[in-house]
Order: sequence, then C-alpha cells, then structure tokens
Amino acid sequence: MSKVKVARKSTRIDMTAMSDVTVLLLTFFMLTSTFVKKEPVQVTTPASVSEIKIPETNILSILIDPQGKVFMSMDKQGDMINTLDSVGNQYGITFTQKEKDKFKLLPTFGVDIKQMKEFLAKKPEVQDKILANYGIPTDSINNQFKVWVQKARKNNSELRIAIKADQKTPYKVIKDVMTSLQDLRENRYNLITALKNETAK
Amino acid sequence: MAEIQSNEGGGKKKKGGSKQKKLSVHIDFTPMVDMNMLLITFFMLCTSLSKPQTMEISMPSNDKKITEQDRDKVKASQAITLVLSGNDSLFYYTGQPDYKNYNSLKLSSFNPQDPEGLRAFLLKRNSDAVYKINELKKKKMLREITQEQFTKQVSDLKNGKQTPVVIIKASDRATYKNLIDALDEMQICNIGKYVIDKITPGDFFLIKNYDSKGTYSSKFATK
Repeated sequence: MSKVKVARKSTRIDMTAMSDVTVLLLTFFMLTSTFVKKEPVQVTTPASVSEIKIPETNILSILIDPQGKVFMSMDKQGDMINTLDSVGNQYGITFTQKEKDKFKLLPTFGVDIKQMKEFLAKKPEVQDKILANYGIPTDSINNQFKVWVQKARKNNSELRIAIKADQKTPYKVIKDVMTSLQDLRENRYNLITALKNETAK
Repeated sequence: MAEIQSNEGGGKKKKGGSKQKKLSVHIDFTPMVDMNMLLITFFMLCTSLSKPQTMEISMPSNDKKITEQDRDKVKASQAITLVLSGNDSLFYYTGQPDYKNYNSLKLSSFNPQDPEGLRAFLLKRNSDAVYKINELKKKKMLREITQEQFTKQVSDLKNGKQTPVVIIKASDRATYKNLIDALDEMQICNIGKYVIDKITPGDFFLIKNYDSKGTYSSKFATK
C-alpha cells in the first residue's frame, strides 16, 4: 500500500463575482443618493404624509433650530455672492473678492451681517464650530432675515423657499419667519418634512 | 497580480506542435473588491438616500390694500377653527366663537385612534368629499380614469361648496410639530380649504374659559 498523498489545493478564491456585486452596489449608491449638506445644527423634521419631493435646484432653504436661530443656504454659488453683495450694500458694508470667495464655499450661512467680515476671516474648521452660536437676526427692529430673502429673490426670481425646522421649535419663531415672508409677499413656500406612512381609513 | 498559467503538461505533446497553447488568464480581483467596498462605505456614510418630502403651502397675503370685498367670506356653518395650544393640546370650535358657553370649545387630540380626536371629527364633517375621493381612488386603481382626470376631480371635490373650511390658529407655545400635524390632518381628511391665521385674544379667552369651566366668562357677565 502506498501512502495516500494529500493533494495540495490552492486556496485562491475567484473574486470576479464579488467584484461584480460591489460595482453594482457602488453604481446604485452613486445614482440614487444625494450628498448630505453640512448643517450647523441638528434638526429633526416632523413627519407628514405629503409625498411631494423637493426640487433639486433653485432652493433657498431656511433652517430653524429648536432655540429659534435661523440659518440659510442656497445651492448656487453665483447667487450667494450676488446676495451677499446686495445685503452688504444695504448695510453699507463692502466685501473684498477674497471674502466673497470664502463666502461662496460656506454650506450654510447665518451670521449677523455686521459680524460677517470677522466671521469670514476665520478658518473653515473654526467657522463650522462657532456657526451654531450665531443665527440671522429676525426680530422686528433688526430683521436681517427679511433683507436676505428679499435680495436673494431679486437675484434669482425662480428661487423656491423651503423651511426646515425642528419639530420642537416653538410656533413663535415659525410665526416670525412666516410673517417676514408674508411681508415680502412670498406666499408660497415648502415645508420640509420626513415621510410618514399613514392614511385615513 | 495577474498571472498567466501556462499549461505545458510536462512536455507531452499532443498532435503536432503547430497548435497554439491555451493560456488561462487569472486576475486577482481582491484589491479591486477592497477598493469598491471602501467606496461603497464612503457613499453610504456621506449621502442620504431619500430626498426629503415637502409640504407645499400658500399663505394668505397680508397686504393691507386688499379691501373687505376681495376677501373670501366663509359661511359660519362651514368654518372650523382649530386652536393649537401648548403641551400638544388642541381645541376646536365650529362657526362663530361663543364666548358665553364654555362648552362651545371642544378639547380634541392629534391621536388618530381617538374617537373624539381631530381626525375622526374632520372625517365626519367632510364625509361626503372623503367618500367621493375614495371612489375616485378605486377608479384610478382600476385604470378607469387617468392621473390628470383624477387630480382634477379631486381638486374639484376638495374645493367644493359644501366642504368645511378650517382655520388653524397656533399659540406661541405650540410647537412646529403641532402645526405640521394639523396640516397633515388636512391632507389626510381631504380638506382643500384651510388657512393658518394669527391667534386672537378671543381665542385665549375661550381656552381660559374652558379650563375654568365657564367661571371666567361669568365673571365678566356679572360686571
């Protein structure tokens, strides 16, 4: 009897199929997803049954945090620069080209226009950290929010306004924002909500 | 790491040497898979899959120039006023506010299962339109009518003469969630005509009166 030789098998696995799957998944994720915007405050939107999707471009989104601080963001950098220019004009502040370049890269802005120069001079990491402490003034004496919306509308007439507020925000703050919008005759806008599955029987 | 395995077979020659040798090409895909996994992880973490939903809303203009004649008058019998108060509480009254009778203000809730809740009440008030819209939905499911016809007929029904008109008034202590919930009920109960209005001192009076079970208004009546 001869010894039984155990054949050495190579442990190489064919990765082609695995690669196929991963590429497929990658393609799926790239096509269906949108990038998350960096937001200074965490906001949980209330749920609703509404199924209207928000349009992708020409959005002026207004972010309201539970404490009532208001932030804004726009999706077009050109609009942002023009708006900053016109708002600055209104308050007698001129911005340098460098400041404008820095401003257009901000994902969300929400600083008192008088502190804007100071804010823009800071490093991006620092800006992200401290932005949550600011917020656009909305009170009736110093309603800069109104000016921002007005100027943004002037620069881009196709702009749609979307309000994204935390579910715990007191109505008082929402009312201030809505009244400001009403004063500007912006009577149609979108409220951003999360999806809820519920129907009447 | 591609490697070519040449199969020489220990020098055994089959049927002449003119035939080309079969080369099996093995490519190691492991680094490729690694990279793809990394990219997938990145996309999963940095993007959001679903686009947020929105609720479209049109507010009435608060232009002072609009004269009384231009305003739409609402029949008192059709009007329902919702008062959103603090602590997620919700009151409603129908028609004109009755300051004398504290029972005219009803306490309600956002709970859809509550038989006294807002949903049950609105569905009952709007039962006609709700019924017809459900019929239309069935027809649409069976493809008897097209999407355009469906949308048009639904909006006609929602804005019909007999449908209730809801006025939503929120106090400063109500939260944004309360407002969205109230607006949501309008959609669920197929109410086409609703408006968000400012709360008046009269509404606060009604709530106070309700809380004190009528003693608040009797105080004023005796004066």
